Amino acid sequence: MRALAGRELGIVLVLVAVVTVTTVVNPNFLSRQGVHDLFLNSSIIALLAVGQAILVITRNIDLSVGSVLGLSAFLSGQLYLADRDMPVIVVLLAGIALGAVCGVVNGALVAVAKVPALVVTLGTLYVFRGLDYAWASATGVHQVNADRMSPDFLAFGNGSLLFLPNLTVITLLVLGVAAYALRAFRPGRELYAIGSNPDAARLSGIPVGRRVFVAFVISGALAGLGGVLHASYFGTINASVGSGRELAVVAAVVVGGVAIFGGSGTVVGAALGALLLTTITSALPILGVPAFWQRAVDGAALLLAISLDRVVMLRVAARLRRRTSVGGAGG
Amino acid sequence: MEPLLELRGVSKSFGAVRALRDVSLALYPGEVHALAGENGAGKSTVVRIIGGEQEPDDGEVRLDGTPVRFGGPRDAQHRGVAVIHQEPSRFPDLSAAENVFIGRQPFRVDRAGMRRRAAELFGALGVPIDPDRPARGLSIADQQVIEIARALAADARIIVMDEPTAALSGMEAQRLFRVARGLAENGSALLFISHRLDEIYELCHRVTVLRDGAPVTTRELAGLDRDALVRSMVGREIEQLFPGRRSEPGEAALEVFGLSRAGVFEDISLTVRRGEIVGLAGLVGSGRSEVARAIFGVDGRDRGVVRVGGRTLPAGDPRAAIRAGLAMVPEDRREQGLIPELSIERNASLPRLRSVSTFGIVRRSRERALARTWTDRLGVRLRRLADPVTTLSGGNQQKVVLGKWLAGDPAVLIVDEPTRGIDIGAKREVHGLLSELAASGVAVLMISSELPEVLGMSDRVVVMHEGRITAELDRSAATEESVLRAATGGAS
Repeated sequence: MRALAGRELGIVLVLVAVVTVTTVVNPNFLSRQGVHDLFLNSSIIALLAVGQAILVITRNIDLSVGSVLGLSAFLSGQLYLADRDMPVIVVLLAGIALGAVCGVVNGALVAVAKVPALVVTLGTLYVFRGLDYAWASATGVHQVNADRMSPDFLAFGNGSLLFLPNLTVITLLVLGVAAYALRAFRPGRELYAIGSNPDAARLSGIPVGRRVFVAFVISGALAGLGGVLHASYFGTINASVGSGRELAVVAAVVVGGVAIFGGSGTVVGAALGALLLTTITSALPILGVPAFWQRAVDGAALLLAISLDRVVMLRVAARLRRRTSVGGAGG
Repeated sequence: MEPLLELRGVSKSFGAVRALRDVSLALYPGEVHALAGENGAGKSTVVRIIGGEQEPDDGEVRLDGTPVRFGGPRDAQHRGVAVIHQEPSRFPDLSAAENVFIGRQPFRVDRAGMRRRAAELFGALGVPIDPDRPARGLSIADQQVIEIARALAADARIIVMDEPTAALSGMEAQRLFRVARGLAENGSALLFISHRLDEIYELCHRVTVLRDGAPVTTRELAGLDRDALVRSMVGREIEQLFPGRRSEPGEAALEVFGLSRAGVFEDISLTVRRGEIVGLAGLVGSGRSEVARAIFGVDGRDRGVVRVGGRTLPAGDPRAAIRAGLAMVPEDRREQGLIPELSIERNASLPRLRSVSTFGIVRRSRERALARTWTDRLGVRLRRLADPVTTLSGGNQQKVVLGKWLAGDPAVLIVDEPTRGIDIGAKREVHGLLSELAASGVAVLMISSELPEVLGMSDRVVVMHEGRITAELDRSAATEESVLRAATGGAS
């Protein structure tokens, strides 16, 4: 637990360093508007990272989140085309439900049909995106613009509560619930056990299949929610919204200290990872780094985080071995 | 008195292999019951059936006199069954306390209560493990303590201990026995599995012996002659099991000096001469296989020298080892020795592809001829060489692995658990093969957990304990007692 707290502290420190350096170069970076934008830009990625972290903790992965987000965003547009006065809550629930259905498909294939998550979600990444395009082409709707959406919906996506953007508030709520559930409730703890040792989890009487299934549904539902938020924030959507987002999400989770082979990490770390990567992306142009380096920097952060994890893990393991209990070795 | 748990006429098959035939077994409250038998006799299958991991094909499991069907390990645990595995596989990332309670926590986890209760249980077991530390890095003995604490926390009444002492020192084993006796006195029924007769006599009240999946006898241990028990397990005299051979060792073929790898093994020195079989004995986890892997170069080493035929091998280079005439048949043939998707012939020719290729192109006919030669010489029973290697029985798979390496005419052969999980007939054939090889001048280093095999096959026995060599015994000095004493670090 202390190691995890250390990891989150580490991200915060790097974050502070990046923000400080950037602010020195351009004081506007830390203006009220600048901070507002940072939170706003990282909210959706962080939301997806929470769902992804829950899955990665169980030694699974969901590569289809970008496509699910796209599908749900497109659904929002379609709903407003059907009825411009659609209440915001209905669109939200519809998006979440659609995402959850996608999660059910992934979860069933992984938990029931026992296909590895990497393969399943790589497949559904393309299938869900394909459905998105097919839907667009069948209805002849290739883009939905902001003027077709209800003002309430756009206000919801761009509004703020006190100082925080609405999107950030929603992400924080989800994050809080998820963090608490993973810490304090039995199913949450069992997710860690599953990722730590799947066979032992089964032998310990943990319903492994059911838990993994639910984790996929949660990840899908959050991606669905993310799609609606995306639509309400940007106002303009097409069938390719969210393409490639899955990689940013996985990167955030790994940078946030969730072990890619499961068993350890926190959703708070994952969300901080998303904030850090977004901040770096925003800081690069200010620091004079050409935009085309952004991807490389993301990748470098990822590799650095993984190497760091490896080093820390070896050290911790060595320390724990030395700390054998009383009455350990005999002769 | 009614048994807490009873197996009646239980049978179980895996494919064509009949693992259990008509096994009956009754566990009474307050009783410590031994389950004895050779490897492959069906003990593990009994454990899995009692633990709810597998369902019997035939026969019934009775709990308190009522027939039950366990719908998985979870169900068995809910009904009061706990299995302590030989090498407990716990959750390295979770805390010790959480390892005790995971899978059975209340919906709302009470962390403080869980920690307190775990500390109490560890205290009661006489092992003060810090409940907050992660399970990663705990010794096997401590991990077993966690498993036992788990059983206690669940109020288990039927506790199965599957070779719990295999990796324990004498002191740790004694601690475990105290706990086991305490459990039995409180009215639990224990099923205790061990290869060590001393332990069975020390701890248990009754014994059930299995042989080749069938029950041989169930009786009181008091008054049961030790030799009679061994005979009932083996089914024949031990002497008859192993090929008699005369060894005239030649010059040193494999020499190892001061081989060390931090935290795994230290200062290992041994010599195997031409024509000699040296047994490398020790408990599970004593570092035997790791030494073999380091000699062969699959793993690196921190210090030490390995010489084959007088030539020093570079560290961490298996290809150089093969060129120098070293061959290794690994412990787990499915994981390391064979490529299950490939055919028998492809598996057999894998390390020798160069010799069956022309300009880098593999000649199928030569590949087949090579495979044919070796499968014939080793007497592999197969239908077609092109069949997947997994269609063979365990013993025949093992022969393919052997043949695969023998085709290279090695000067030194390292075999790790050469007869694990294969039936008694195939065992004899493998033993015969190893003897012939030694007779033809090959130096053989044989790692084995089966004492009779070590004693029956080896010219010399090198014993390891916790990564160090604790004894080197000549054939005449090597007895079950002397090897076990060295393997448990001399503490007993």
